[in-house]
Amino acid sequence: MSEVLVQPPAEKKSLLGKKERKLLTDPLSDNNPVTIQVLGICSSLAVTTQMKPTMVMAISVTAVVALSNWVISLMRNAIPPRIRIIVQLTVVSVLVILVDQMLKAYMYDVSKQLSVFVGLIITNCIVMGRLEAYAMGNKPYPSLLDGLGNGFGYGVVILTVAFFRELLGSGKVFGFKVIPDAMYEAGYVNNGLMMIPAGALFVVACYIWIQRSFAKHLEEKE
Amino acid sequence: MSTLFLAADLISVFVRSIFIDNMIFAYFLGMCSYLAVSKNVKTALGLGVAVIFVMVITVPLNWLLLNKVLKEGSLAWISPSLAKVDLSFLAFIMFIATIASMTQLVEMLVEKLSPELYGALGIFLPLIAVNCSILGGSLFMQERDYEFAEATVFGLGSGVGWMIAIVAIAAIRMRLRYSDVPAPLKGLGITFILTGLMGIAFMSFLGITL
Repeated sequence: MSEVLVQPPAEKKSLLGKKERKLLTDPLSDNNPVTIQVLGICSSLAVTTQMKPTMVMAISVTAVVALSNWVISLMRNAIPPRIRIIVQLTVVSVLVILVDQMLKAYMYDVSKQLSVFVGLIITNCIVMGRLEAYAMGNKPYPSLLDGLGNGFGYGVVILTVAFFRELLGSGKVFGFKVIPDAMYEAGYVNNGLMMIPAGALFVVACYIWIQRSFAKHLEEKE
Repeated sequence: MSTLFLAADLISVFVRSIFIDNMIFAYFLGMCSYLAVSKNVKTALGLGVAVIFVMVITVPLNWLLLNKVLKEGSLAWISPSLAKVDLSFLAFIMFIATIASMTQLVEMLVEKLSPELYGALGIFLPLIAVNCSILGGSLFMQERDYEFAEATVFGLGSGVGWMIAIVAIAAIRMRLRYSDVPAPLKGLGITFILTGLMGIAFMSFLGITL
């Protein structure tokens, strides 16, 4: 495969200039992959009952998005447009296999808990969405940053969701009890709704509601 | 007697995969296209049928791939010296390759047979390849160790369950135009809440013992 890319003469730029910083921070709020671009909801919500697996999931997704963005961007001029989806899927699934094997080797219990959802990172729409929308048309370094930014944006949302679900659903944060026993004795009960799948949807809906109330320009007109 | 038993087992897998383990309401799989294509019942129905079709083909196909090629000892039919080869770490990439090629096939078929539907589904047909519910079907099949017949029925049931979900939400969203939703919740937010409510409704099927 010819990967000889004709690079324009190196511009004098700092490694994290204004544009680069924007790539990293935009997906955190105004261009969030989950709540604004509506990508990657598929596999993420089912893992958010607890913080720990959610954290692992967020890190795995960030790694896969960033690296696949970078790799595809390196090859972007060598990929024939007609078969690009297959090429992208191959790159992504190789990366996901690596992540899966790593998890199985070093964090077996979490890997069991995440079960099929590690494999489903392949079809996580964030990965494909960013490859199509960004990596196919941009240079490797900005693509890497774009991947990192979107991974973080995704992580922020699912960690927030997981925080509320774990706190309200089982009274814990990261597995540590935070609601004192005295509260339970006084009649406080955990909210069972947060433990079932539907709970995640309600939390995300509230997140979107709050985010869009503050940023009016993000509202949808239907 | 044993055929009767098998039939009962298959029916149980079928009903479970539609109602209890519904791809959308229990696992949130395929949410991207579910949210994006559910503005109109007709398009939703078309995509649902396409998903069922791809699902019924890919799950059994991946079952064969997994049990005849990838699993440890499954290559013994070629030569005994290969009996120790365990390729199951390649499952992801093989599954996705099958799915991507099958989607391509469906896309070509739809383009040939129904240009109208092709125009309506537009960009979402190729996206079936990255519809999580399709890959999810194959991964659940691997995790739950289904038999071949069970895997086929499971693929069909999951597809049907997914279609029911998307058609239902599309119908609700069409009615939603006449209701007064708070502006920040419009579109995405309210769809999430509706899906949650439908998920709770579907949970009532949990009590059924099969």
